[in-house]
Amino acid sequence: MLSEPHPYPGKLIVVEGIDGSGKSTQLSLLYRWLLSRGYKAFFTEWNSSILVRRSMRRGKRKDLLTPTTFSLLHAVDFADRLTYKIIPPLKAGMVVLADRYVYTAFARDVARGVHPDWVRAVYRFAPRPDLALYFRVPIEVSLDRLLTGRAKLKYHEAGMDLGLSRDPTESFRLFQSRVLDEYDRLVGECSLRVVDAIGDIHTQQLLVRRMARQVLRDYHGTVADLAAVGSDVV
Amino acid sequence: MHGEDKPFYGHGLPALKVGPLRGSLIVIEGTDGVGRSTQIDQLIAWLELQGYAVTNTGWTRSTLLAQTINDAKAGHALTVTTFSLLYAADFADRLENNVIPALRAGFIVIADRYMYTAFARNAAMGADRQWTRDLFGCALIPDLVLYLKIDMDHLVPRVLEGKGMDYWESGMHLALGSDIFDSFVRYQTRLIREYNRLAREFNFTTVDARKPIDQIQADLRRHISAYLDRSKLAAAASDAKAPPTALRR
Repeated sequence: MLSEPHPYPGKLIVVEGIDGSGKSTQLSLLYRWLLSRGYKAFFTEWNSSILVRRSMRRGKRKDLLTPTTFSLLHAVDFADRLTYKIIPPLKAGMVVLADRYVYTAFARDVARGVHPDWVRAVYRFAPRPDLALYFRVPIEVSLDRLLTGRAKLKYHEAGMDLGLSRDPTESFRLFQSRVLDEYDRLVGECSLRVVDAIGDIHTQQLLVRRMARQVLRDYHGTVADLAAVGSDVV
Repeated sequence: MHGEDKPFYGHGLPALKVGPLRGSLIVIEGTDGVGRSTQIDQLIAWLELQGYAVTNTGWTRSTLLAQTINDAKAGHALTVTTFSLLYAADFADRLENNVIPALRAGFIVIADRYMYTAFARNAAMGADRQWTRDLFGCALIPDLVLYLKIDMDHLVPRVLEGKGMDYWESGMHLALGSDIFDSFVRYQTRLIREYNRLAREFNFTTVDARKPIDQIQADLRRHISAYLDRSKLAAAASDAKAPPTALRR
Protein backbone atom coordinates (compact mmCIF):
# COMPACT_ATOMS: atom_id res chain seq x y z
CA MET A 1 0.00 0.00 0.00
CA LEU A 2 1.22 3.42 -0.98
CA SER A 3 0.17 4.86 2.36
CA GLU A 4 2.61 2.87 4.48
CA PRO A 5 6.19 1.52 4.23
CA HIS A 6 6.45 -1.82 2.44
CA PRO A 7 7.19 -4.96 4.47
CA TYR A 8 9.84 -6.45 2.14
CA PRO A 9 13.54 -6.90 2.90
CA GLY A 10 14.57 -5.31 -0.43
CA LYS A 11 14.72 -1.61 -1.26
CA LEU A 12 12.71 0.25 -3.86
CA ILE A 13 14.21 3.33 -5.50
CA VAL A 14 12.25 5.16 -8.18
CA VAL A 15 12.99 8.12 -10.45
CA GLU A 16 10.46 10.59 -11.78
CA GLY A 17 10.47 13.63 -14.03
CA ILE A 18 9.30 14.79 -17.44
CA ASP A 19 10.84 13.45 -20.63
CA GLY A 20 14.26 14.93 -21.15
CA SER A 21 14.88 15.48 -17.45
CA GLY A 22 17.78 13.03 -17.52
CA LYS A 23 16.27 10.63 -14.97
CA SER A 24 16.99 7.48 -17.00
CA THR A 25 20.66 8.43 -17.40
CA GLN A 26 20.93 8.96 -13.67
CA LEU A 27 19.19 5.69 -12.86
CA SER A 28 21.42 3.65 -15.14
CA LEU A 29 24.52 5.23 -13.57
CA LEU A 30 23.13 4.39 -10.16
CA TYR A 31 22.43 0.83 -11.29
CA ARG A 32 26.02 0.30 -12.41
CA TRP A 33 27.34 1.79 -9.20
CA LEU A 34 25.15 -0.50 -7.09
CA LEU A 35 26.34 -3.55 -8.99
CA SER A 36 29.96 -2.50 -8.57
CA ARG A 37 29.37 -2.20 -4.84
CA GLY A 38 28.15 -5.79 -4.74
CA TYR A 39 24.42 -5.08 -4.45
CA LYS A 40 21.93 -7.27 -6.24
CA ALA A 41 19.96 -4.74 -8.24
CA PHE A 42 16.99 -5.15 -10.52
CA PHE A 43 15.77 -2.62 -13.10
CA THR A 44 12.22 -2.11 -14.36
CA GLU A 45 10.68 0.49 -16.59
CA TRP A 46 7.25 2.12 -16.95
CA ASN A 47 5.01 0.73 -19.69
CA SER A 48 7.19 -2.23 -20.56
CA SER A 49 5.09 -5.33 -19.90
CA ILE A 50 4.16 -7.47 -22.89
CA LEU A 51 0.66 -7.89 -21.50
CA VAL A 52 -0.74 -4.59 -22.74
CA ARG A 53 1.75 -3.89 -25.50
CA ARG A 54 -0.70 -4.87 -28.22
CA SER A 55 -3.57 -2.79 -26.82
CA MET A 56 -1.28 0.15 -26.26
CA ARG A 57 0.06 0.02 -29.80
CA ARG A 58 -3.39 -0.44 -31.28
CA GLY A 59 -4.81 2.36 -29.19
CA LYS A 60 -2.02 4.75 -30.10
CA ARG A 61 -2.03 3.93 -33.79
CA LYS A 62 -5.78 4.26 -34.21
CA ASP A 63 -6.12 7.11 -31.73
CA LEU A 64 -8.58 5.05 -29.68
CA LEU A 65 -7.16 6.04 -26.32
CA THR A 66 -9.01 8.42 -24.04
CA PRO A 67 -7.40 9.86 -20.90
CA THR A 68 -9.26 7.20 -18.88
CA THR A 69 -8.22 4.18 -20.95
CA PHE A 70 -4.69 5.58 -21.34
CA SER A 71 -4.51 5.71 -17.56
CA LEU A 72 -6.00 2.25 -17.02
CA LEU A 73 -3.74 0.56 -19.58
CA HIS A 74 -0.73 1.93 -17.77
CA ALA A 75 -2.20 0.69 -14.51
CA VAL A 76 -2.55 -2.80 -16.01
CA ASP A 77 1.07 -2.64 -17.11
CA PHE A 78 2.10 -1.53 -13.64
CA ALA A 79 0.08 -4.21 -11.84
CA ASP A 80 1.59 -6.87 -14.06
CA ARG A 81 5.15 -5.66 -13.53
CA LEU A 82 4.48 -5.36 -9.82
CA THR A 83 3.50 -9.03 -9.75
CA TYR A 84 6.47 -10.29 -11.74
CA LYS A 85 9.22 -7.68 -11.62
CA ILE A 86 8.88 -5.61 -8.49
CA ILE A 87 7.52 -7.69 -5.60
CA PRO A 88 9.58 -10.87 -6.20
CA PRO A 89 12.96 -9.06 -6.21
CA LEU A 90 11.85 -7.00 -3.20
CA LYS A 91 10.96 -10.20 -1.37
CA ALA A 92 14.29 -11.66 -2.40
CA GLY A 93 15.98 -8.70 -0.77
CA MET A 94 17.20 -7.00 -3.95
CA VAL A 95 17.41 -3.31 -4.72
CA VAL A 96 14.70 -2.56 -7.27
CA LEU A 97 15.20 0.46 -9.49
CA ALA A 98 12.12 1.74 -11.29
CA ASP A 99 12.29 4.22 -14.14
CA ARG A 100 9.00 6.01 -13.46
CA TYR A 101 6.52 4.87 -10.87
CA VAL A 102 2.93 5.68 -9.88
CA TYR A 103 3.78 9.38 -9.60
CA THR A 104 4.07 9.44 -13.38
CA ALA A 105 0.41 8.49 -13.52
CA PHE A 106 -0.49 11.01 -10.83
CA ALA A 107 1.21 13.78 -12.81
CA ARG A 108 0.59 12.80 -16.41
CA ASP A 109 -2.91 11.38 -16.23
CA VAL A 110 -4.15 14.29 -14.17
CA ALA A 111 -2.56 16.67 -16.70
CA ARG A 112 -4.62 14.76 -19.30
CA GLY A 113 -7.78 15.43 -17.31
CA VAL A 114 -8.52 12.37 -15.19
CA HIS A 115 -9.64 13.00 -11.64
CA PRO A 116 -6.71 13.22 -9.19
CA ASP A 117 -8.51 11.24 -6.48
CA TRP A 118 -9.52 8.52 -8.91
CA VAL A 119 -6.01 7.88 -10.22
CA ARG A 120 -4.67 7.79 -6.66
CA ALA A 121 -7.32 5.25 -5.73
CA VAL A 122 -6.48 3.12 -8.77
CA TYR A 123 -2.84 2.80 -7.66
CA ARG A 124 -3.56 2.31 -3.98
CA PHE A 125 -2.11 -1.22 -4.11
CA ALA A 126 1.40 0.00 -5.02
CA PRO A 127 4.15 -0.41 -2.42
CA ARG A 128 5.63 2.84 -1.20
CA PRO A 129 9.19 3.40 -2.47
CA ASP A 130 12.06 3.79 -0.03
CA LEU A 131 13.35 6.64 -2.15
CA ALA A 132 11.53 8.60 -4.85
CA LEU A 133 13.72 11.04 -6.76
CA TYR A 134 12.18 13.80 -8.81
CA PHE A 135 14.41 15.31 -11.47
CA ARG A 136 13.11 18.84 -11.83
CA VAL A 137 13.93 20.63 -15.04
CA PRO A 138 12.38 23.60 -16.91
CA ILE A 139 10.47 22.79 -20.10
CA GLU A 140 12.95 24.58 -22.34
CA VAL A 141 15.87 22.52 -21.05
CA SER A 142 14.04 19.24 -21.56
CA LEU A 143 12.87 20.31 -25.04
CA ASP A 144 16.41 21.21 -25.94
CA ARG A 145 17.70 17.81 -24.83
CA LEU A 146 14.95 15.93 -26.62
CA LEU A 147 15.23 17.83 -29.89
CA THR A 148 19.00 17.47 -30.13
CA GLY A 149 18.75 13.79 -29.25
CA ARG A 150 16.05 12.64 -31.57
CA ALA A 151 14.68 15.40 -33.80
CA LYS A 152 11.00 14.45 -33.39
CA LEU A 153 8.75 14.53 -30.33
CA LYS A 154 6.51 11.55 -29.66
CA TYR A 155 2.78 12.07 -30.10
CA HIS A 156 1.61 11.32 -26.56
CA GLU A 157 4.71 12.74 -24.92
CA ALA A 158 3.81 16.03 -26.57
CA GLY A 159 0.20 15.63 -25.46
CA MET A 160 -0.94 15.85 -29.09
CA ASP A 161 -3.96 13.70 -28.19
CA LEU A 162 -5.33 16.63 -26.19
CA GLY A 163 -5.50 19.00 -29.15
CA LEU A 164 -3.74 21.82 -27.30
CA SER A 165 -1.82 22.91 -30.37
CA ARG A 166 -1.12 21.52 -33.82
CA ASP A 167 2.55 22.32 -33.45
CA PRO A 168 4.22 19.43 -31.59
CA THR A 169 6.79 21.65 -29.86
CA GLU A 170 4.14 24.08 -28.66
CA SER A 171 1.88 21.22 -27.60
CA PHE A 172 4.78 19.68 -25.67
CA ARG A 173 5.36 22.99 -23.91
CA LEU A 174 1.72 23.34 -22.90
CA PHE A 175 1.19 19.72 -21.90
CA GLN A 176 4.46 19.19 -20.05
CA SER A 177 3.97 22.46 -18.11
CA ARG A 178 0.79 20.95 -16.74
CA VAL A 179 2.73 17.78 -15.90
CA LEU A 180 5.39 19.87 -14.13
CA ASP A 181 2.70 21.61 -12.09
CA GLU A 182 1.35 18.24 -10.99
CA TYR A 183 4.82 16.96 -10.10
CA ASP A 184 5.42 20.05 -8.00
CA ARG A 185 2.22 19.30 -6.12
CA LEU A 186 3.39 15.73 -5.53
CA VAL A 187 6.71 16.75 -3.97
CA GLY A 188 5.05 17.53 -0.65
CA GLU A 189 2.17 15.09 -0.88
CA CYS A 190 4.26 12.03 -1.70
CA SER A 191 7.64 13.04 -0.23
CA LEU A 192 9.52 13.15 -3.52
CA ARG A 193 13.17 14.15 -3.16
CA VAL A 194 13.90 16.91 -5.64
CA VAL A 195 17.07 16.82 -7.71
CA ASP A 196 17.96 19.94 -9.64
CA ALA A 197 18.29 18.39 -13.09
CA ILE A 198 19.71 21.42 -14.87
CA GLY A 199 23.20 20.89 -13.51
CA ASP A 200 25.84 18.60 -14.92
CA ILE A 201 25.35 14.85 -14.93
CA HIS A 202 28.27 14.04 -12.66
CA THR A 203 27.23 16.42 -9.87
CA GLN A 204 23.70 15.06 -9.97
CA GLN A 205 24.94 11.48 -9.82
CA LEU A 206 27.04 12.17 -6.74
CA LEU A 207 23.95 13.58 -5.04
CA VAL A 208 21.86 10.60 -6.16
CA ARG A 209 24.44 8.17 -4.78
CA ARG A 210 24.55 10.04 -1.48
CA MET A 211 20.77 9.77 -1.15
CA ALA A 212 20.82 6.10 -2.16
CA ARG A 213 23.50 5.40 0.44
CA GLN A 214 21.27 6.88 3.15
CA VAL A 215 18.45 4.57 2.17
CA LEU A 216 20.77 1.56 2.07
CA ARG A 217 22.29 2.30 5.47
CA ASP A 218 20.00 -0.06 7.35
CA TYR A 219 19.94 -2.53 4.49
CA HIS A 220 21.44 -5.96 4.81
CA GLY A 221 20.27 -7.53 1.58
CA THR A 222 18.74 -10.43 3.45
CA VAL A 223 16.44 -12.66 1.52
CA ALA A 224 12.93 -13.01 2.91
CA ASP A 225 12.59 -15.91 5.26
CA LEU A 226 12.37 -18.57 2.60
CA ALA A 227 12.00 -21.35 5.12
CA ALA A 228 8.88 -19.65 6.45
CA VAL A 229 7.50 -19.20 2.94
CA GLY A 230 8.16 -22.88 2.25
CA SER A 231 6.45 -24.10 5.38
CA ASP A 232 3.48 -21.92 4.47
CA VAL A 233 3.02 -23.83 1.22
CA VAL A 234 3.18 -27.25 2.90
CA MET B 1 -33.26 10.81 -17.40
CA HIS B 2 -34.61 12.44 -20.52
CA GLY B 3 -32.25 15.02 -21.91
CA GLU B 4 -30.56 15.58 -18.58
CA ASP B 5 -27.10 14.80 -17.33
CA LYS B 6 -26.98 11.27 -16.02
CA PRO B 7 -25.19 10.77 -12.72
CA PHE B 8 -21.88 8.95 -12.42
CA TYR B 9 -21.03 6.36 -9.81
CA GLY B 10 -17.89 8.18 -8.66
CA HIS B 11 -15.65 10.87 -10.09
CA GLY B 12 -16.96 10.28 -13.60
CA LEU B 13 -15.11 11.35 -16.72
CA PRO B 14 -13.86 14.89 -16.13
CA ALA B 15 -11.84 14.82 -19.37
CA LEU B 16 -14.90 14.07 -21.49
CA LYS B 17 -17.67 16.50 -22.31
CA VAL B 18 -20.53 14.13 -21.64
CA GLY B 19 -23.47 16.49 -22.05
CA PRO B 20 -27.13 15.53 -21.98
CA LEU B 21 -27.80 11.87 -22.70
CA ARG B 22 -31.26 11.29 -24.13
CA GLY B 23 -31.05 7.51 -24.36
CA SER B 24 -31.51 4.87 -21.69
CA LEU B 25 -28.94 2.55 -20.21
CA ILE B 26 -30.44 -0.78 -19.26
CA VAL B 27 -28.21 -3.35 -17.61
CA ILE B 28 -28.79 -7.08 -17.47
CA GLU B 29 -26.85 -8.67 -14.62
CA GLY B 30 -26.67 -12.23 -13.40
CA THR B 31 -24.13 -14.95 -12.92
CA ASP B 32 -22.44 -17.04 -15.64
CA GLY B 33 -24.76 -19.31 -17.59
CA VAL B 34 -27.97 -17.80 -16.28
CA GLY B 35 -29.07 -17.03 -19.84
CA ARG B 36 -28.36 -13.31 -20.22
CA SER B 37 -27.41 -13.33 -23.90
CA THR B 38 -30.45 -15.37 -25.00
CA GLN B 39 -32.70 -12.91 -23.19
CA ILE B 40 -30.88 -9.87 -24.56
CA ASP B 41 -31.18 -11.06 -28.18
CA GLN B 42 -34.93 -11.37 -27.76
CA LEU B 43 -35.22 -8.03 -25.96
CA ILE B 44 -33.42 -6.21 -28.75
CA ALA B 45 -35.67 -7.69 -31.43
CA TRP B 46 -38.74 -6.79 -29.36
CA LEU B 47 -37.62 -3.19 -28.71
CA GLU B 48 -36.70 -2.62 -32.35
CA LEU B 49 -40.13 -3.84 -33.47
CA GLN B 50 -41.60 -1.16 -31.22
CA GLY B 51 -39.48 1.44 -32.99
CA TYR B 52 -36.67 1.98 -30.51
CA ALA B 53 -33.09 2.25 -31.69
CA VAL B 54 -31.13 -0.27 -29.66
CA THR B 55 -27.49 -1.14 -29.31
CA ASN B 56 -25.80 -3.52 -26.96
CA THR B 57 -22.49 -3.79 -25.25
CA GLY B 58 -20.94 -6.64 -23.33
CA TRP B 59 -18.15 -7.40 -20.92
CA THR B 60 -14.70 -7.78 -22.59
CA ARG B 61 -15.97 -6.71 -26.00
CA SER B 62 -13.99 -3.49 -26.38
CA THR B 63 -11.99 -2.84 -29.54
CA LEU B 64 -9.03 -1.82 -27.47
CA LEU B 65 -8.84 -4.76 -25.07
CA ALA B 66 -10.82 -7.79 -26.23
CA GLN B 67 -7.74 -9.39 -27.78
CA THR B 68 -5.47 -8.57 -24.88
CA ILE B 69 -7.92 -10.08 -22.39
CA ASN B 70 -8.18 -13.26 -24.45
CA ASP B 71 -4.41 -13.51 -24.74
CA ALA B 72 -4.05 -12.90 -21.02
CA LYS B 73 -6.53 -15.65 -20.18
CA ALA B 74 -4.80 -18.01 -22.58
CA GLY B 75 -1.28 -17.81 -21.37
CA HIS B 76 -0.49 -15.34 -18.66
CA ALA B 77 -1.06 -15.76 -14.97
CA LEU B 78 -2.77 -12.64 -13.69
CA THR B 79 -3.56 -11.48 -10.20
CA VAL B 80 -7.00 -10.24 -9.20
CA THR B 81 -5.62 -6.71 -9.32
CA THR B 82 -4.34 -6.97 -12.88
CA PHE B 83 -7.54 -8.65 -14.03
CA SER B 84 -9.67 -5.95 -12.42
CA LEU B 85 -7.69 -3.22 -14.13
CA LEU B 86 -8.00 -4.97 -17.50
CA TYR B 87 -11.75 -5.24 -17.05
CA ALA B 88 -11.95 -1.61 -15.97
CA ALA B 89 -10.02 -0.56 -19.08
CA ASP B 90 -12.34 -2.63 -21.25
CA PHE B 91 -15.32 -1.06 -19.49
CA ALA B 92 -14.03 2.50 -19.87
CA ASP B 93 -13.25 1.98 -23.55
CA ARG B 94 -16.79 0.77 -24.27
CA LEU B 95 -18.31 3.45 -22.06
CA GLU B 96 -16.55 6.35 -23.76
CA ASN B 97 -16.49 5.06 -27.32
CA ASN B 98 -19.79 3.16 -27.58
CA VAL B 99 -22.19 3.62 -24.70
CA ILE B 100 -22.05 7.38 -24.19
CA PRO B 101 -22.18 8.25 -27.92
CA ALA B 102 -25.20 5.92 -28.33
CA LEU B 103 -26.94 7.44 -25.31
CA ARG B 104 -26.26 10.90 -26.66
CA ALA B 105 -27.94 9.87 -29.91
CA GLY B 106 -31.00 8.68 -28.00
CA PHE B 107 -30.46 4.92 -28.24
CA ILE B 108 -31.45 2.35 -25.71
CA VAL B 109 -28.20 0.68 -24.70
CA ILE B 110 -28.50 -2.83 -23.31
CA ALA B 111 -25.43 -3.83 -21.36
CA ASP B 112 -24.70 -7.51 -20.90
CA ARG B 113 -23.11 -7.20 -17.41
CA TYR B 114 -21.94 -3.96 -15.85
CA MET B 115 -19.62 -2.85 -13.04
CA TYR B 116 -21.59 -5.04 -10.60
CA THR B 117 -20.05 -8.11 -12.23
CA ALA B 118 -16.61 -6.82 -11.26
CA PHE B 119 -17.87 -6.04 -7.75
CA ALA B 120 -19.26 -9.57 -7.36
CA ARG B 121 -16.27 -11.38 -8.83
CA ASN B 122 -13.69 -9.41 -6.92
CA ALA B 123 -15.53 -9.89 -3.68
CA ALA B 124 -15.76 -13.63 -4.42
CA MET B 125 -12.02 -13.67 -5.07
CA GLY B 126 -11.24 -11.81 -1.88
CA ALA B 127 -10.07 -8.53 -3.41
CA ASP B 128 -10.40 -5.18 -1.65
CA ARG B 129 -14.06 -4.24 -2.13
CA GLN B 130 -13.57 -0.50 -1.80
CA TRP B 131 -10.72 -0.51 -4.30
CA THR B 132 -12.87 -2.23 -6.94
CA ARG B 133 -15.59 0.30 -6.42
CA ASP B 134 -13.24 3.26 -6.64
CA LEU B 135 -11.91 1.84 -9.88
CA PHE B 136 -15.35 2.06 -11.48
CA GLY B 137 -15.91 5.63 -10.38
CA CYS B 138 -15.92 6.52 -14.07
CA ALA B 139 -19.14 4.52 -14.63
CA LEU B 140 -22.51 6.02 -15.46
CA ILE B 141 -25.26 4.90 -13.12
CA PRO B 142 -27.67 2.84 -15.24
CA ASP B 143 -31.33 3.81 -15.63
CA LEU B 144 -32.45 0.27 -14.93
CA VAL B 145 -30.64 -2.84 -13.67
CA LEU B 146 -32.44 -6.10 -14.30
CA TYR B 147 -30.99 -8.90 -12.23
CA LEU B 148 -31.53 -12.48 -13.35
CA LYS B 149 -31.56 -14.22 -10.01
CA ILE B 150 -31.02 -17.95 -9.89
CA ASP B 151 -29.98 -20.59 -7.36
CA MET B 152 -27.50 -23.44 -7.71
CA ASP B 153 -30.18 -26.12 -8.15
CA HIS B 154 -31.40 -24.40 -11.28
CA LEU B 155 -28.06 -23.03 -12.50
CA VAL B 156 -26.18 -26.35 -12.68
CA PRO B 157 -28.56 -28.12 -15.13
CA ARG B 158 -28.90 -24.94 -17.23
CA VAL B 159 -25.14 -24.65 -17.63
CA LEU B 160 -24.66 -28.36 -18.34
CA GLU B 161 -27.43 -28.32 -20.94
CA GLY B 162 -25.88 -25.21 -22.45
CA LYS B 163 -22.20 -24.81 -23.22
CA GLY B 164 -20.98 -26.72 -20.20
CA MET B 165 -18.74 -25.71 -17.32
CA ASP B 166 -15.77 -23.67 -18.41
CA TYR B 167 -12.48 -23.12 -16.62
CA TRP B 168 -13.02 -19.48 -15.60
CA GLU B 169 -16.70 -19.68 -14.79
CA SER B 170 -15.92 -22.61 -12.56
CA GLY B 171 -13.35 -20.53 -10.70
CA MET B 172 -10.61 -23.08 -11.45
CA HIS B 173 -8.11 -20.19 -11.34
CA LEU B 174 -8.87 -19.88 -7.64
CA ALA B 175 -7.75 -23.46 -7.02
CA LEU B 176 -10.85 -24.25 -5.00
CA GLY B 177 -10.41 -27.90 -5.90
CA SER B 178 -9.24 -30.05 -8.78
CA ASP B 179 -12.75 -31.21 -9.67
CA ILE B 180 -14.45 -28.79 -12.05
CA PHE B 181 -17.96 -29.61 -10.84
CA ASP B 182 -17.10 -29.03 -7.19
CA SER B 183 -15.18 -25.90 -8.03
CA PHE B 184 -18.08 -24.57 -10.12
CA VAL B 185 -20.51 -25.11 -7.28
CA ARG B 186 -18.25 -23.44 -4.72
CA TYR B 187 -17.35 -20.47 -6.90
CA GLN B 188 -20.84 -19.84 -8.25
CA THR B 189 -22.34 -20.14 -4.76
CA ARG B 190 -20.02 -17.36 -3.64
CA LEU B 191 -20.78 -15.28 -6.72
CA ILE B 192 -24.55 -15.60 -6.36
CA ARG B 193 -24.27 -14.60 -2.72
CA GLU B 194 -22.38 -11.47 -3.80
CA TYR B 195 -24.89 -10.66 -6.54
CA ASN B 196 -27.75 -10.98 -4.07
CA ARG B 197 -25.99 -8.63 -1.71
CA LEU B 198 -25.43 -6.12 -4.53
CA ALA B 199 -29.07 -6.44 -5.59
CA ARG B 200 -30.13 -5.15 -2.19
CA GLU B 201 -27.49 -2.46 -2.00
CA PHE B 202 -28.09 -1.03 -5.49
CA ASN B 203 -31.81 -1.71 -5.73
CA PHE B 204 -31.71 -4.00 -8.74
CA THR B 205 -35.01 -5.03 -10.26
CA THR B 206 -34.92 -8.74 -9.61
CA VAL B 207 -36.33 -11.23 -12.10
CA ASP B 208 -36.77 -14.87 -11.09
CA ALA B 209 -34.47 -16.70 -13.49
CA ARG B 210 -35.45 -20.15 -12.26
CA LYS B 211 -38.48 -19.89 -14.54
CA PRO B 212 -38.56 -21.11 -18.16
CA ILE B 213 -36.90 -18.86 -20.74
CA ASP B 214 -40.08 -17.37 -22.24
CA GLN B 215 -41.46 -16.49 -18.83
CA ILE B 216 -38.23 -14.72 -17.91
CA GLN B 217 -38.50 -12.82 -21.19
CA ALA B 218 -42.07 -11.79 -20.40
CA ASP B 219 -41.02 -10.51 -16.97
CA LEU B 220 -38.09 -8.56 -18.42
CA ARG B 221 -40.36 -6.93 -21.03
CA ARG B 222 -42.86 -5.98 -18.36
CA HIS B 223 -40.16 -4.21 -16.32
CA ILE B 224 -38.70 -2.46 -19.37
CA SER B 225 -42.12 -1.29 -20.56
CA ALA B 226 -42.85 0.11 -17.13
CA TYR B 227 -39.50 1.90 -17.12
CA LEU B 228 -40.03 3.36 -20.60
CA ASP B 229 -43.50 4.61 -19.62
CA ARG B 230 -42.07 6.24 -16.50
CA SER B 231 -39.28 7.94 -18.42
CA LYS B 232 -41.71 9.22 -21.07
CA LEU B 233 -43.88 10.75 -18.36
CA ALA B 234 -40.82 12.31 -16.74
CA ALA B 235 -39.68 13.68 -20.09
CA ALA B 236 -43.09 15.18 -20.80
CA ALA B 237 -43.10 16.77 -17.36
CA SER B 238 -39.63 18.28 -17.76
CA ASP B 239 -40.50 19.57 -21.26
CA ALA B 240 -43.60 21.23 -19.84
CA LYS B 241 -41.56 22.89 -17.11
CA ALA B 242 -38.77 24.04 -19.41
CA PRO B 243 -39.17 27.43 -21.09
CA PRO B 244 -39.54 27.47 -24.89
CA THR B 245 -36.28 26.78 -26.70
CA ALA B 246 -36.02 30.32 -28.01
CA LEU B 247 -35.93 31.70 -24.49
CA ARG B 248 -33.57 29.11 -23.05
CA ARG B 249 -30.41 30.92 -24.06
